[in-house]
Amino acid sequence: MTLQRTLAVAVKELLQLRRDPRTALTLLGIPIVMLLIYGYALSFDVEHIRLAVVDQDGTSSSRQVADAFLKSGYFDLVAHARDIRTLDPLFDSGKVQAAIVIPPRFSADLAASRQTVLQFVLDGSDSQTATTILAYAQQIVASLSPIVRMSPGAAPVAGAPLVWYNPDLSSARFLVPGLLAFILMVTSVIATALAVVREKERGTMESLRATPLVAIELLVGKMLPYLLVASCSATGALVIARILFDVRVRGSLIWLALVTLLFIAVCLGWGVFISTLADTQQVAFQLGLLSSMLPTFLLSGFIFPISSMPPALQFITHLVPARYFLVALRGIVLKGAGPEVWWDQAAGLLVYGGIVLALSTFRTLRTL
Amino acid sequence: MSRRVEAAMQLSPTPVVVARELTRVFGEFVAVDRVSFAVQPGEIFGFLGSNGAGKTTTIRMLCGLLAPSSGSASVLGLDLATQAHEVKRRVGYMSQRFSLYADLTIAENLRFWGSAYGLFGARLAQRAQWAIATAGLEARRHALVRSLPGGFRQRLALVAALLHEPAIVFLDEPTGGVDPEARRRFWDLIDELVGGGKTVFVTTHYMDEAERCHRVALMHAGRLLALDSVPRLKQVFPQGTILEVTCARPAQAMSALERIAGVVEVALFGDKLHVVVAEPAVAHTLVGQLSGVGCPDADVRAILPSLEDVFIRVIADAESEVA
Repeated sequence: MTLQRTLAVAVKELLQLRRDPRTALTLLGIPIVMLLIYGYALSFDVEHIRLAVVDQDGTSSSRQVADAFLKSGYFDLVAHARDIRTLDPLFDSGKVQAAIVIPPRFSADLAASRQTVLQFVLDGSDSQTATTILAYAQQIVASLSPIVRMSPGAAPVAGAPLVWYNPDLSSARFLVPGLLAFILMVTSVIATALAVVREKERGTMESLRATPLVAIELLVGKMLPYLLVASCSATGALVIARILFDVRVRGSLIWLALVTLLFIAVCLGWGVFISTLADTQQVAFQLGLLSSMLPTFLLSGFIFPISSMPPALQFITHLVPARYFLVALRGIVLKGAGPEVWWDQAAGLLVYGGIVLALSTFRTLRTL
Repeated sequence: MSRRVEAAMQLSPTPVVVARELTRVFGEFVAVDRVSFAVQPGEIFGFLGSNGAGKTTTIRMLCGLLAPSSGSASVLGLDLATQAHEVKRRVGYMSQRFSLYADLTIAENLRFWGSAYGLFGARLAQRAQWAIATAGLEARRHALVRSLPGGFRQRLALVAALLHEPAIVFLDEPTGGVDPEARRRFWDLIDELVGGGKTVFVTTHYMDEAERCHRVALMHAGRLLALDSVPRLKQVFPQGTILEVTCARPAQAMSALERIAGVVEVALFGDKLHVVVAEPAVAHTLVGQLSGVGCPDADVRAILPSLEDVFIRVIADAESEVA
């Protein structure tokens, strides 16, 4: 392998990329567009919950309860009623998602230190949202404990949850590192797969094979320009994540860059491997999309935690390179963790990359 | 070793290419069937055959792009089985499909292909300059290859295959899809190269191109049926046994001629008929017999066979041998 020949391939590829601004812009622009779309749409945060208050007591204490919900910022008051029977049609039509029912002798019971029950009614058809709303409601009720005492004499027992790393449980903070992995995977796999298959389609591959150029020079030379492009996309995505979603990198930027480069290299290797399987750009595009998008979305821990998957599926996740990257990436971005924490993930990526590059070199040689 | 192989090897002490019983099989299909020949330094060696005759497969084996299924070959004294990589370094190859990058300029293409062949720095610049001058492209150096007419592209592809100064260049149907004038200029360039001492191995299915080769190998269905200089290939027909028949109703004459004893073969060439007869004496009887079947105006004269006549005859002989 000579550096000069490898660089000659890389320079040629960059020149072609420059002549094809549409591809270059797509490679740089798509990640940013995806970040914006996913960043805003893929949110687990629940806000503007439509709340109905059924105040059967009508005292200052009962109003204090209702106020606590509204002041929390999560709830919008959409209906106020005295009769619990008015709730049914409101829930059926979806006009309200949650209701708080304050019993008739609420303030009297409080004053007499008798047990009283606040009823919280919830639309459970979307369990994810319902769980989140319930958690909010419990927090609010807990904060009411000076008012709402459970029984006389006994100190109110309130849990004091303390959330680390992502104190306000913003889903953007959780999702952005995953998005970064997702975007890099999809764009770099497809870009390189197309770049190699294009040579086959246009007939230049035959002439390349007739030169003393060896497979590894060609493959590495092809990957270098896309490594550069993907690094620019990654940097752009991180800057946007900071500006729009307030996701700050807590750990070392150098480690972040190194791990990201390693991951990109693996993705590019995967793209090259696909290119050895496909003979047309169309097939390469589909293979690239299928093998990068779905597994990264579903099996990398991007959205669905790997630990809650069935064992067989957990095993399969080891084939998804983003899985390793995500652990290291979240470690660096959210926790400020150093390599001592995620070195095994980096090692996983390194092994993965080695296998993929060896496989594609072997396949390129064999087609000779 | 067959008699033909030995004959091929005796031609010269140092051939540039030697193929011995070279064979390539794709599954059940025998693309190249025990082909043996030797190419001498400084000659234009033509491979003539229809599509699917095995020309491209042979060339790809000789360039180290495809491993032979059996048999062996050497190029510039290097054994292809063990030194294919070294062969690539020292031969030029112009593939059948246009092989330059349409979205790069001429200069960029030459720089890339030169580097791929291991040229750098001053030597690369000097060779690129040579290539541009030889192809007559000085004025278009910074034009995108996409914008070039077909003839220019073909010449550019040829000089690109010569950047690293190989002693031999393999051209696989180099003039496909270009106009006759561009083809003529391309062949002038080939003559120029051979004049400079290069060896050119070229495949074609154009008869006029084959006529410009020093020696021509006729390939059909994977087999090499004949190999010689064009004049000697034409001696397959004894003097006076190939006739041109001109008449008003060639179709009618054709069916009549096919029934006449001593007529071996009749083929339509444009509005004329080429008739192969068993011996020159048959020719004298043809005019009389044709007027008897309603072609009184027929003109019969002996002609030199074209390469196409030879090609048809050689294939017919080979097929009757098999049958």
